Amino acid sequence: MTWTPDKPIVSLRNVRKSFGDFEVLKGISFDVMKGEVICIIGPSGSGKSTLIRCINALNDIQEGSITLEGQEVHDPKLDKLALRRKVGMVFQQYNLFPHKTALQNVMMAPVLVLRQDKAEVEKRARSLMAKVRLSGKEDSYPGELSGGQQQRVAIARSLAMNPDVMLFDEVTAALDPETVKEVLVTIKALAEEGMTCILVTHEMGFAREVADHIYFTDRGVVVEHGPPAEFFANPKDPRTREFLDQVL
Amino acid sequence: MQSVEDFFLWLYEAHGINLTIFSDSWDRARFLAGILTTIELSVVCIVLSVVIGIVGVWLQGTRARAPRMAVAAYIAFFRGTPPLVQMYFFYFAVDRALSSLLGVSGGLVSNFGWAVISLSFFAGAFNVEIFRAGMSSVPGATIEAAEALAYTRFQIYRHVTLPLALRASLPALNSNLVNLVKTTTVAYAIAVPETLYVANQIWSDEYNVVEMMNVVWVTYLILVGILVWMMHAWEKNMRIPGYGAAR
Ligand SMILES: Nc1ncnc2c1ncn2[C@@H]1O[C@H](COP(=O)(O)OP(=O)(O)O)[C@@H](O)[C@H]1O
Ligand SMILES: [Mg+2]
Repeated sequence: MTWTPDKPIVSLRNVRKSFGDFEVLKGISFDVMKGEVICIIGPSGSGKSTLIRCINALNDIQEGSITLEGQEVHDPKLDKLALRRKVGMVFQQYNLFPHKTALQNVMMAPVLVLRQDKAEVEKRARSLMAKVRLSGKEDSYPGELSGGQQQRVAIARSLAMNPDVMLFDEVTAALDPETVKEVLVTIKALAEEGMTCILVTHEMGFAREVADHIYFTDRGVVVEHGPPAEFFANPKDPRTREFLDQVL
Repeated sequence: MQSVEDFFLWLYEAHGINLTIFSDSWDRARFLAGILTTIELSVVCIVLSVVIGIVGVWLQGTRARAPRMAVAAYIAFFRGTPPLVQMYFFYFAVDRALSSLLGVSGGLVSNFGWAVISLSFFAGAFNVEIFRAGMSSVPGATIEAAEALAYTRFQIYRHVTLPLALRASLPALNSNLVNLVKTTTVAYAIAVPETLYVANQIWSDEYNVVEMMNVVWVTYLILVGILVWMMHAWEKNMRIPGYGAAR
């Protein structure tokens, strides 16, 4: 079975995940088409990070299925590293390598993991730094950059691998209000270029603006979902309404 | 050289301070050889003990139970027993057992070799613990970022965990290596002609215990001083702008 772009690039079917006896995901299903941007919103502790981490196999699952380009992510025979080469991930706390400069952070994975030519990678890394509007900061260490700048380096670091899908887990949650925007602008540009994005976010305005589809999760289930216009204008479930009242 | 020798001969005649290592070329040669042996022993043991530390911590991180148990037993043994006893154990017991096992006569490894082996294992046991503490200071989230970028376990170890753990380990490593250099004197007990051993030979021949004791103090202060200076230079060189001390 080969995957073609008319089929979902990421597909979750009845995904269940427990930590010990504690079931965090209780049967989650959704599809993402290539080039789509979906936003996952929901109260803290509802399992959003867990969900997103299952997609690149940082977490395992107990039941159900997750496929990426038609391949079962949790097939024990699957080469996890091959999967992760196709999926970029950006974290809330940036998680840059503190002992490497910004440029080195961006270059490392293509050189080490993909064994690409160093000079060619450097060229691409410099243009990625420009793309996230950090030209001139190539030789700075993460500790010398602001949170917003670090997060944009982290985005460039992921993009350097030329992923097919990007995962963003509350990437602006640790930032000052002033720097949130610079990161959101970067993500928006990416989405407009046609990158498939799965975002967990608390930025409702941003979700409304960039998402093709919104999923509201609570206590491990998708409570409600829909295109942003519909979802925000006309939330049906009382839990969704309560949540939106709190965050809007 | 002649004038230096004359000065120390005069010092002996006028003030009774008998520094034969300056006034006598034979004593000077054997004392310098002793210092060189100490340096050689220190350098080889430093390198090997650091390698043991790195390998040990790697084995501790594996899933298989056997290597983890072996490393734990190794650490318990070498940290919990005196280095002198360890050296005797290798020199007298292990050497004999291995020789008879392999049918070799006259000993398998030289005195110097056994000193290297026992001191490296001794300091290595502490290095495993030091590096393990350094490793646990590396945030799991940083490692996870490398995992998400499809790094292999070895690439994560080599390019992320180890460089960060090493930086965190340097202060403790520094004091363990200083300790190692001082502990090389234990090799005296199996007649490795290191600084203390040759000093003893000299003061037995020349009856200048007080002078040689002072020479030995100063020699170790200088040797340890050089090591501390190099370690600090290394620490400084490894420092990352905006990272470490400030956090
Ligand atoms: N590694 C883990 N071990 C045990 N429980 C966990 C672990 N990770 C997350 N959880 C629990 O799973 C639930 C969902 O967490 P998370 O996915 O981080 O939620 P969210 O991102 O929506 O805030 C929380 O109750 C959390 O305590
Ligand atoms: Mg979360």
